[in-house]
Amino acid sequence: MDNAISPLQRRQARLAHWLVLPATILMLLIYIVPISLVLLASFTDYTLVSDYYEFIGFDNYTRMFGDEVVGNSLKNTVFYAALFLPGAFIISLILAITIQEQKQFRSILEVLYFLPVTSTLAAMTLVWGALMDSSQGVINNMIEIFGFAGINWFGSEDVVLYSLAIISLWSVIGFNMVLFLAGLTSIPQSLYEAASMDGADHPLDKFFKITWPMLGPTAMFVAVTSSITAFKLFDTVAILTQGGPDRASEVFLYLTFLEGFEYFNMGYSAALSLVFLGIIFLFALAQALLTDKNVHY
Amino acid sequence: MAQLTLKNIKKSFGQTEVLKDISLEVNDGEFISLVGQSGCGKSTLLRIIAGLESPDTGEILIEGKSVTNRAPKERNVAMVFQDYALYPHMSVAENLSMPLIMARLPLHARLPFLRFVAPAARRDRPVIAAGVEKVAKQLRIGHLLDRRPAQLSGGQRQRVALGRALVRDPKIFLMDEPLSNLDAKLRVQVRSEITELHETSGLTFVYVTHDQVEAMTMSDKVALMQTGELLQVGAPNELYANPANLDVARFIGSPEINIVSADPGVGLKLGNVNLPAHLQDVVAGDLKIGIRPESITVQNMPGLAFANAPDNSPTLAFNKRLVEDLGPELLIHGTFEFEPETPIRIRAQKNSGYSELGPLTQTEKLKVQLNANALLFFTKDGKRLDLTSVPFQAKEKNEELV
Repeated sequence: MDNAISPLQRRQARLAHWLVLPATILMLLIYIVPISLVLLASFTDYTLVSDYYEFIGFDNYTRMFGDEVVGNSLKNTVFYAALFLPGAFIISLILAITIQEQKQFRSILEVLYFLPVTSTLAAMTLVWGALMDSSQGVINNMIEIFGFAGINWFGSEDVVLYSLAIISLWSVIGFNMVLFLAGLTSIPQSLYEAASMDGADHPLDKFFKITWPMLGPTAMFVAVTSSITAFKLFDTVAILTQGGPDRASEVFLYLTFLEGFEYFNMGYSAALSLVFLGIIFLFALAQALLTDKNVHY
Repeated sequence: MAQLTLKNIKKSFGQTEVLKDISLEVNDGEFISLVGQSGCGKSTLLRIIAGLESPDTGEILIEGKSVTNRAPKERNVAMVFQDYALYPHMSVAENLSMPLIMARLPLHARLPFLRFVAPAARRDRPVIAAGVEKVAKQLRIGHLLDRRPAQLSGGQRQRVALGRALVRDPKIFLMDEPLSNLDAKLRVQVRSEITELHETSGLTFVYVTHDQVEAMTMSDKVALMQTGELLQVGAPNELYANPANLDVARFIGSPEINIVSADPGVGLKLGNVNLPAHLQDVVAGDLKIGIRPESITVQNMPGLAFANAPDNSPTLAFNKRLVEDLGPELLIHGTFEFEPETPIRIRAQKNSGYSELGPLTQTEKLKVQLNANALLFFTKDGKRLDLTSVPFQAKEKNEELV
């Protein structure tokens, strides 16, 4: 067999390298170089206030395991995720199913529920802060009208994570709902007709025999992206509570920010970021591995 | 008593009237085809029988009992969908067991988690498995039970869809263009399988198709529909030999029937052949004459079988344009000399004396004879005239030939 590469092939190969070059440079500049720098920084005791630093090996990582503050932030994050995830998933699914059955108002409802997604969360957070103000907030005023005691939304250690979860739910439900709607629309109508011929015309049968299994890939995607959103909680904390009261709303990403930009422990903060990256990577991996198995046809 | 009766079914979608007053009777064990062009309402009618759609007015009776307002599952009908509508997330066995599970298990036993505390289910599961087994064996899909629909070929999916419909022992079997997703060869095979299934099961079949060949070959009875109306209901041969109007004649038969006009001028003439004088008494104005492609015999081409036409059959001049060789027979395209705008198709059987023709596209003048007994007469607006009692008269009138 003749293995010689013709001049044409060689020229094309060279052209191919030139063509991937811009993308490669961008990838390097945007992802690979910064992550490498963070990785490097995580092995140092670099601080923002001093130019002097030295390599301290895995000290930053071992320190994390004994750090009560990190433990507290992880606990808060997981607790918050446990509040946020079921709501973000179930409420959007129910909304999507009910809206899909609407003929007349479907598009207007879609727009209404999607509106929060299009708004700037930072600005909306301030609005929510005003609404949920413990003394002058509209929500507490309403509650008091009905004769109940107002709730100290952001001032109570027991309530603050719930309050943050409510705000995040408001902002994310419309997005998840649209994802679910797309999934629902792609289920062939003839399956429901076949089901009703087969006798499966009870709403519960329809849901568990057709809708839910056919929605598998969408549901997986929503679950994973919502988990990532839950772990990425930052804006509302930074704007409304700054981790308070008494670190009750200090979540992982906010702690990373505090360590780096308030306490100037860049090395430690870099290590925390990488752990965060690892967690997100696991979620993404889970999605990539699990959804492929759920694709039909 | 009729197994299935439709009484004055009407249905509109918005402004469009899809079904205009359809009444139909189907006997027990009969195979009836609803045939017509797409958009004629045949699928809607089938969905109304199934209960997936409800009629605006009218009544559906199964075994004499009205089921007009009943859900599909209460009608004891089964349906095979055009795209099969198999549940893609379930194995073949699970697909087949679905109707049985729905019929036998109570709601709580069908739901996830709860079903583990349903004692009744334990008793019924073996029965369901046995039912699946039986149908799988009948349709020869036993070896596919663990597969997903995505892993099956078109023909196998088709069988699973048939099986899912059969498994519940329905009274009436509804099929919506079940062969349209199969390739031509497989279609012929599945066609005979369905006919066989009809014979062995003895069920009533309602079969929707746009393909008149399917309708003709499979059915006991054909109901031809057009724009929401039933044009004619009858045995396949009846529709072919004795169509109620021009549309039926045109739709049934392949290649299509030839339609020529009879000249209403001085006397009633077909080309230069005089039609029986007393035809003029029956018909006022234009007359259209339908001639099936096989009812025309070529007289001066060697090697073609010569059909025995009655003595009084008219003979006409024909301009051959193109010949298609189909193996046992030829399809000859051309025109009659007296009406050069109307394309005419002739089906001619070869006989042993047949040898290669010259170039197939060569134009040539031929002499053809129309079988007088096989002519169909229609008025200008397509109504059929029953003129079988009006034979062609004496032969001497036809002598003035080309």
